[in-house]
Amino acid sequence: MKIVVLVKHVPDAQFDRHLNGAGNTVDRDESILSELDEYALEAALQLAEARGGSKAGNQVIALSMGPSGAVNAVKKALQMGATEGVHVTDDALAGSDAAATSLALAAAVRHLGGVDLVLTGMASTDGETSLVPAQLAERLGLPQVTFASTLEVDGGRLTARRDADTSSETVEAPLPAIVSVTDQINEPRYPNFKGIIAAKRKSITTLSLADIGVDPAQVGFAGSWTSVASAEQRPPRTAGTIITDEGDAGIKLVDFLAAQKLL
Amino acid sequence: MAKVLVFIDNPGASLKKSSLELLTLARSLGGSTVGLNGDLSDGVAATFAEYGVDSILHPSAQDLDDFLVAPKAAYVAAAAEASGAAIVLLDNSPEGKEIAARVGIRLNAGVITDVVAVDGDGTAHKSVLAGSYSTACKATTPVSVLTLKANNVIPEPAPAPTTPETVTVDVPAVAAAARITAREQKVASGRPDLTDARIVVAGGRGMDGDFGPVEELADALGAAVGASRAATDAGWISHDAQVGQTGKTVSPQLYISAGISGAIQQKAGMQTSQVIVAVNKDAESPVFEIADFGIIGDVFDVLPQAAAEIKKRKG
Repeated sequence: MKIVVLVKHVPDAQFDRHLNGAGNTVDRDESILSELDEYALEAALQLAEARGGSKAGNQVIALSMGPSGAVNAVKKALQMGATEGVHVTDDALAGSDAAATSLALAAAVRHLGGVDLVLTGMASTDGETSLVPAQLAERLGLPQVTFASTLEVDGGRLTARRDADTSSETVEAPLPAIVSVTDQINEPRYPNFKGIIAAKRKSITTLSLADIGVDPAQVGFAGSWTSVASAEQRPPRTAGTIITDEGDAGIKLVDFLAAQKLL
Repeated sequence: MAKVLVFIDNPGASLKKSSLELLTLARSLGGSTVGLNGDLSDGVAATFAEYGVDSILHPSAQDLDDFLVAPKAAYVAAAAEASGAAIVLLDNSPEGKEIAARVGIRLNAGVITDVVAVDGDGTAHKSVLAGSYSTACKATTPVSVLTLKANNVIPEPAPAPTTPETVTVDVPAVAAAARITAREQKVASGRPDLTDARIVVAGGRGMDGDFGPVEELADALGAAVGASRAATDAGWISHDAQVGQTGKTVSPQLYISAGISGAIQQKAGMQTSQVIVAVNKDAESPVFEIADFGIIGDVFDVLPQAAAEIKKRKG
């Protein structure tokens, strides 16, 4: 199987995150592999391993789009066990919204050719829109399962389970297909020493927009279909009244709610 | 004034509050057309008239529910073209966002999710990076597709009711879509949906496996029940209840955090709530840094006492 996993380099949510003044894009210092993408990578590794791994010709390709630092998300994926990495990078990509991002990623997937499965996380942890997987499916004309909490592939078909608030569904689709997975699907592995050493020998292919046949005018700020006119940092929340329970804190809580007209 | 298409999916016997919010916003921006999927009950038809809907579109195909969103998106895009809508409005549920994503590609239209308000010129307001920034953004395309977060518009019927006409829209064939082969309905809790709720009571590690006090307080307040990832991972409560970076984002009028330390991932899911109350034994818990009212105390004392007091006052 040839599996592509989309991996994104996102600001670490452990630290304060900021927008840059120019174009209100996300400041990508202190960035890491998006936590939610690790589940997609683990799902890909398990599918490949169940079929005999890379020795049996299974490929797990970690694909990232972004500035130079984004290659770190690919490197982490290689350490976890991806067989190869692809980094789509080009100055013209800066400022791409979900539509422009999905255009470039769709072109990259087509460029790789013969892909059986594209796996993604359920959302990025920076933009959090969860638009890209569905837009990629629409652009590639592929069937898609979103929010999969289980995933099985048998022959040319996949079966997945997805949980919504009011129902659980079992879904089937023919390959090739796109699947976004939730954080319930597995427990991602940590890169071990062997994986870290092995990753140094794995290749990362760098692709420009010209390589994947995308017109620079279709991506970046120029090619995006949305623009951010203004962004204001909200004042951080500050602590209010803190009390220690002396046996009547439940009553005081209700007094507070009544005073706030919340009862 | 823009023409607005509102997508309403399988409303059943009556419209949800979030649907009424969509209709109210749509009317404020211009004329509203409903793109309906599923049966139109008499009650829902009456509500559409009351909310000033100009026309109701139906899909030509009956089997949209048998597939994951692709055919629904094809229908919504066709409905937007048929109605000449400049704005397509959907709810902000995972499915609403996914349909919006695909409609955007089909219509070459910019998509903005998590919208809390829309200006007359189509500028949408939302917060990003877990509520730390408020942004104003706009689609640069002739059509824009917006998903509206619940609880940001007050539902209001039109000054005068309308008599909506009904029109059928041909659903274009979709090449390949995932088919739903089985569907199990979950047992309804009787509590409000977490993402739409006006009040949320959430429990964490401090509940020590017993969500009884959280549920009791939630029921006294008519609130939804939420949880931290620690509590859902421990299996104390369904994963659907998880609030946080990798779970649901909520911004209710009141969020009561019980036995949750308030790590940054949990804060990311709830810090745009209007009022935050925290109860935790550990005075050093980071949640106290953002709480409007904090109680250093035992959840097993404070929550039942509060629930009993609310019941007493409500009589």
